[in-house]
Amino acid sequence: MTDMSVLEIQNLTVRLPASADRDNAVTDIGFTVNPGEIVCVVGESGSGKSVTAQAVMGLLPRELTPTQGVTRLDGEDTLTASSQRLRDLRGTQMAMIFQEPMTALNPVARVGTQIAEVLEIHTKLTASERRARAIEIMDAVQLPDPDKMVDAYPHQLSGGQRQRIMIAMALVLDPSLLIADEPTTALDVTTQAQILKLIKEMQQRRGTGVLFITHDFGVVAEIADRVVVMQHGRIIEQGTRDQILGFPQQDYTKMLMASVPSMTPPERTPVGGPEALSVSHLDKTYGRRGFLSQSRIVQAAQDVSFVLRKGETLGIVGESGSGKSTVARCIARLIDPTKGSITLQGREIATLPETRLRPYRRAVQIVFQDPYRSLNPRRTVGQSLTEAPMNFGITRQDALTQARDLMSLVGLSPDALDRYPHQFSGGQRQRICIARALAVKPDVLIADEAVSALDVSVQAQVLELLDDIRERYNLAMLFITHDLRVAAQICDRLIVMKSGKIVEQGATAQVYAAPQDSYTRLLLDAAPGANVEFGQGSAVG
Amino acid sequence: MASQALSPGRQTMRRMVRNTSVLIGGILVALICLMAVFAPFLDTLDPNQMSTSTRLKPPGYEGVMKIYTDEGRVKVPVLYRMGSDNLGRDIYSRVVYGARISLVVGLAVASISIILGMVIGLVAGYFRMLDAVIMRIMDGLMSIPAILLAIAVVSVFNAGMTSVIIAIVVPEVPRVVRLVRSIVLSIREEPYVEAAITAGTRVPLLLYRHVLPNTVAPLIVQGTFIVASAIIVEAILSFLGVGIPADEFPTWGNIMGTARENFQLHPHQILFPGIILAVTVLAVNMLGDGLRDTLDPRFANRM
Repeated sequence: MTDMSVLEIQNLTVRLPASADRDNAVTDIGFTVNPGEIVCVVGESGSGKSVTAQAVMGLLPRELTPTQGVTRLDGEDTLTASSQRLRDLRGTQMAMIFQEPMTALNPVARVGTQIAEVLEIHTKLTASERRARAIEIMDAVQLPDPDKMVDAYPHQLSGGQRQRIMIAMALVLDPSLLIADEPTTALDVTTQAQILKLIKEMQQRRGTGVLFITHDFGVVAEIADRVVVMQHGRIIEQGTRDQILGFPQQDYTKMLMASVPSMTPPERTPVGGPEALSVSHLDKTYGRRGFLSQSRIVQAAQDVSFVLRKGETLGIVGESGSGKSTVARCIARLIDPTKGSITLQGREIATLPETRLRPYRRAVQIVFQDPYRSLNPRRTVGQSLTEAPMNFGITRQDALTQARDLMSLVGLSPDALDRYPHQFSGGQRQRICIARALAVKPDVLIADEAVSALDVSVQAQVLELLDDIRERYNLAMLFITHDLRVAAQICDRLIVMKSGKIVEQGATAQVYAAPQDSYTRLLLDAAPGANVEFGQGSAVG
Repeated sequence: MASQALSPGRQTMRRMVRNTSVLIGGILVALICLMAVFAPFLDTLDPNQMSTSTRLKPPGYEGVMKIYTDEGRVKVPVLYRMGSDNLGRDIYSRVVYGARISLVVGLAVASISIILGMVIGLVAGYFRMLDAVIMRIMDGLMSIPAILLAIAVVSVFNAGMTSVIIAIVVPEVPRVVRLVRSIVLSIREEPYVEAAITAGTRVPLLLYRHVLPNTVAPLIVQGTFIVASAIIVEAILSFLGVGIPADEFPTWGNIMGTARENFQLHPHQILFPGIILAVTVLAVNMLGDGLRDTLDPRFANRM
């Protein structure tokens, strides 16, 4: 190497507190980031990738202590640097952008002021010079009309714009190292694609070294120069992007690659079973004309119609705010639809009052996104699994017997019924939620982003389970997701929603191969790493 | 691994007993409770026993009480540990017995306001139709100052414990309602509550099983703060003479109220009940703070 690397990590070990499930958060890791290079650290939750970034920035939580190793930023060890020195380094030589652009910005300060604050701390520029620099950098991150936007408050900007502001703040002093911790995870795919492009452009133009932390192999394929794969705090494998994505050497990496669902939907025979659920002209409007003022009216769902057949998986895809969850919640009658009809078992349920709706409740069950909030933490798994059957008149004993069977069906030990949810991992909890939904033998199972919060390897298993039970019980499954890879693999048919309306529906393979609507095309193009088949030797983006 | 097997409730118990604030506050509160319960056995006299010959004596005074009974005048030797008041009553005995009133009022106010507030809060939080109406009524109640209300209640009914408790409970209930409502509003959005709705669980059972348990921890914490504030308000009311009358039963407030006119010459008459009142309130608040930190840190900022 002729010039020095921007970041050099050697033998870094960070100890976890004694109560943790393993000794070290990261063990003996080492890699480098060169100027003008994007290094992706990829791993599942708990792999130690964020701890690595925190160690470099000197932001480790107090209970974590580095026990050996060095993290050299332009040759200077940040582990041993004083807090005074670290403050000087942050912003000028290293900067960080976070996952959540909503909370990373101060909601009561103008965005221009927040950018200028960085300059105020680290430079001797005057107020007007700082403002000029803020506008300049906002222009550089391609924010529209920076002259006006410099005076905007964070809530006036979209998520993508906020993340651009974060990037502007990070880059305004031209740091040599940019650490990005899952910077696009909270964004929609189309916004994500723009932000990734921006990071890549800025980094190339300025020669910044980027340490990019992600769990998403699509993102890795999109922007990485080199890849570091981590598991349980250890580096499993590192190499160039094409090496890792195309020809992974380690079993763990291979398994991860194999778990990433392909963007190419498999051939599926159309399901011609009887109708399980039909929705026609469903509307959901939020807000109403106020008593004195005219309040804003939001059309969360507009004229949504579709039919779901027994044994079929119908996907609803769309970005946040597209109304896909609203439709699901209307069908489960967690919210009341404003207009339209929902027919279940030949019975109109959209307008039934709660008392007469009760017998139909068991026919529609939901599996939610967040496995940590889907189970009552104070109730044992057994209590959660028997609640619904007992509501419908099944004796406790029978319900418990059934719960045991369900536990083994979803791949968990039947003896675990008297344990509490916190004793299970996220994937296991999601299995319990699936078992709970199955306990009343529903006709329709709604999976509302049911695998979105899971690590990719766990996600693959849960998807398999869902597909398996759909087949076994001849269930009609409504699969709601923002992830086009997942949708491609599990759905027979697909509905694409945008701003509360259906823009396209059809057989999955057909939608992916020949999208009719321009928005569908946009979505498909924006999916990170869309043209990469992982682990097949074809990782050439 | 051992802590893994414990239920969430057990884990909290463990955290709780390890907290110094809970420990100190709890021990002090326990001591004061014991003092109240065993007041007759702590070498006390009848707290209302007057003795004209030994009025306004300093702490530590040893003398003879002349008591008039049906049989005539009886002389009783006496040690005034904390001195005597303007009617020759033993301040030590009055302070010890006074703990009973403070604790009874504190506990009664806390339990009544929590039960009422919990029910109203659950209804307001879960049934959105009733929310606006209930909360406006609560806002109205909250704007009534306890002391003015007490004066009104006392002038309608008699001065006494019931009036005092009513006067403190009324403005306290809306605070509990607000707390419970805010918890219900956030909990009802939790996926596990929605899962219970789709499971066909009826509303009363749903509230009892999935929503109510989430209010217990914050309510225990809020309850301790209510106890502390009720003890103070009761003392204020009795001090002002609109609470519990000094000749009926001694309370820390009315001991100080009686002593007010002699304060310059006999400050100890106010000092002793004042100190024990301060210590009690401090202990209860410490217990509450500790409980807040250990029971549910997430709810800490709602108090």
